[in-house]
Amino acid sequence: MAEPLLRVDGVVKRFGGFQALGGVSLEVREGERFGLIGPNGSGKTTLISCISGTLRNDGGRIFFRGRDITRMPAHQRTREGIARTFQIPRPFGSMSVVENLRITLEYAARDRAAPDGLAEAMDILRMVGLDAKAGVVSSRLTQIEMRKLELARAMAAKPALLISDEAMAGLSSSEVDDLLAILFRLNEAGTTVIMIEHIMRAVMRFSERIAVLDAGEKIAEGPPAMIVSDKAVERAYLGE
Amino acid sequence: MRGRWLLILAALLLAGAIVVTRTVDNRYVYFAGYGILQYVVLATAWNILGGYTGYVNFGTGGFFALGVYTSVFLIRAVKAPLPVQIVAAGLVAGLLGLGIGYLTLRLRGTFFSISTLALAVVLETIMVNWEYVGGARGTSVIRPAPMVPFDNYPSFLFVVMTLLALGAVATAWLIEHSKIGRGFAAIRDNEEAAECMGVPTLRLKLLATTVSGALMGVAGAPFPYYLTFVDPVSTFNLSYAVNSLAMPMVGGTTSWLGPVIGAILLGTVQQLATVTISSELNLLLVGLVLVAFVVLAPEGILGLVRRLARRGPA
Amino acid sequence: MFSLDLLLNAIVAGVLLGGFYAAVSLGISVTFGLLDVVNIAHPVFVILGAYTAFVLNNAYGLDPLLASLLFVPLFFVIGIGVYQVYYLSFEKKGESSLRGLVFFFGLLFIVEVALLLKFGVDYRLVEAPYIGRSFQIGEVGIAYRLLVPFLVGILMTAAIALFLSRTFYGRAAMGVAQDALALRLMGVDPVRIKTIVFGLGIATASVAGALLIIISPVEPSIGRAYIGRVFAITVLGGLGSIGGTLAAAVILGVAESLTSTFSGPSWSLAVSFGILLLVLAVRPAGLFGR
Repeated sequence: MAEPLLRVDGVVKRFGGFQALGGVSLEVREGERFGLIGPNGSGKTTLISCISGTLRNDGGRIFFRGRDITRMPAHQRTREGIARTFQIPRPFGSMSVVENLRITLEYAARDRAAPDGLAEAMDILRMVGLDAKAGVVSSRLTQIEMRKLELARAMAAKPALLISDEAMAGLSSSEVDDLLAILFRLNEAGTTVIMIEHIMRAVMRFSERIAVLDAGEKIAEGPPAMIVSDKAVERAYLGE
Repeated sequence: MRGRWLLILAALLLAGAIVVTRTVDNRYVYFAGYGILQYVVLATAWNILGGYTGYVNFGTGGFFALGVYTSVFLIRAVKAPLPVQIVAAGLVAGLLGLGIGYLTLRLRGTFFSISTLALAVVLETIMVNWEYVGGARGTSVIRPAPMVPFDNYPSFLFVVMTLLALGAVATAWLIEHSKIGRGFAAIRDNEEAAECMGVPTLRLKLLATTVSGALMGVAGAPFPYYLTFVDPVSTFNLSYAVNSLAMPMVGGTTSWLGPVIGAILLGTVQQLATVTISSELNLLLVGLVLVAFVVLAPEGILGLVRRLARRGPA
Repeated sequence: MFSLDLLLNAIVAGVLLGGFYAAVSLGISVTFGLLDVVNIAHPVFVILGAYTAFVLNNAYGLDPLLASLLFVPLFFVIGIGVYQVYYLSFEKKGESSLRGLVFFFGLLFIVEVALLLKFGVDYRLVEAPYIGRSFQIGEVGIAYRLLVPFLVGILMTAAIALFLSRTFYGRAAMGVAQDALALRLMGVDPVRIKTIVFGLGIATASVAGALLIIISPVEPSIGRAYIGRVFAITVLGGLGSIGGTLAAAVILGVAESLTSTFSGPSWSLAVSFGILLLVLAVRPAGLFGR
């Protein structure tokens, strides 16, 4: 059986006295579309922060392509092929849209990018529909445009694994479909995608498998149909 | 501005400086000019860390003084020539930047800033206690003969400082237009996102503090020959700390041009002012200008110009 | 060279000094620890407090402590004003805190130079019946000019701690850093809380200033030496812990006193810097930090 692309093994994370993750384990296979859901505060963002390296986990280990990356700094993980978006977009405000991508292409995708960075950047922008705004200073974008920039910037890392953190929150139905289409296309081209979302129809449609977190623990894992009918999941979302 | 044109401009400025020394006899011009050029170096150095990466150094005086005292030490110990002093000052101050960066940059930017402030005070204490370089009383320094084409030392130092200023600005320009400079800007805009987009933030921040510190030390190297007397009070003068902050703030922190504009503007005003008002009042005004700009016009003159340009002709 | 007497005296002096350092650091402990505002200008407000006490003491023979208490309301108002400018210019816009730092640095600078212009570089001191007298407990000499600030420092620490834990505004202040939203839902304006707390921090500077000038003469530039001390204490004690501030202040006081006695007074400044760096390197959360 092939080694999974990502293996999270008993990850624990504490903030002072509060335990955000109490030993979460999961595996994501190469090329998979993986969904991560759970009520607010269940630890989803904390988990992907530990995976991307923004946070250091206090216990457990993380493996990427079989290598133990638990001690690896975040910027190196991105160079290895893990890219993430942020729930609240964090553009490089003083730079234009295309300059934002240039950073990722120059740094994270150094070993994978083609020599003509600008053409690659424009390709990615076209894919997300931001090519018309390439020269606009990123602090002046609208909310949905910033979300798309978040995604485009992570894509510019040419990652093997892309983690999308609630990219669709607060968007209209057609905007959600837009982003979903982009993620599908990315996955078809070979990128493994982990999607964190609250918009259930998006997660259900997109994911091949879903893991459910609640209060820092994984309470269920399986294909969407199974998750939908799982009693523990229902309780987590609706209460006792 | 295209690089080639800037190089030509730089060569012209250097030539101009040399020509001035052959034609102008008034010593005061060289002293004032030296002072302003010194500030170009200090402001540019500060901005490489403060403006480009967003980490504020309050201890410019400490790095500058380290350069000064490195020169004093070398003059005392081995009668080292000026170029050696300059290189050594840069190395020592650069190492200090690296050291303090290594100790504090993994934490929040505010801890780095506070540490630079405390560092300056500690350095002053060390120099006050070190008798070899003069201690609290200070020490006199005898100038060597000026190099061949120059017939007096102040005019020679003026040209040296012109060269150093051009070098500092060139460094800033090169950084700004390079991958490293873009990395700096990413750190300034959003450090966490930069780290996630593959930018080795710690490494780049250390580079910035080292280069910035080194340039500040370099600015201090010719100081002993300039004043011929070095003591902690004049070397650790607070005006270096506040000016190296105010000048980039006034000029604009996102480009190499900002500190230059700020240094020339504020530097000239202060040179003129010291003749008419007390140095304390002068410093007070600089402080007020600093606060005014950081509150009302944080993007400096360059930012204001940019905003006006965007709105188009009236 | 080394005698038990000397050691004992140094330790006692250090503990007393620590009480005073706590008084100086309280303002920072509150504004940095709870509000996350890095007011590096705080020490210069302490110096300002020292000078206001000096002026009243010099002109009317008023006891410096009393004088500082008279000025507390004024300092409170100044604190509110400063915070308003800070909030409107930086925090509200979500600016990086480094611009705010530069603002406070500018403030520090302006006040110091203004004091220099008004009072010059001469050392100023106050006269009070207890300054200059001391008593003995066995081999240990205790100077009143150290004891009084120590006692006042302890009192101030206790008062602030009580305020934070018992009063509504105090408890709201403890919560405002973590959960401004919850406060708003309760109908409390977080900005108002922060403004009051900041004002309180500056108000403590008035009293701390009087203590400073009781201990030793002042001149405008000594504020800068306290920046390292104050932040070393706040970081060592742990952000947000008032008790931690007191403990850390005493530790620093003793460390400085020992260094000063056995290595010479000019090295005591390096102690605070060394402690600051050590704590940041080894345990940034400090002794009692959250």
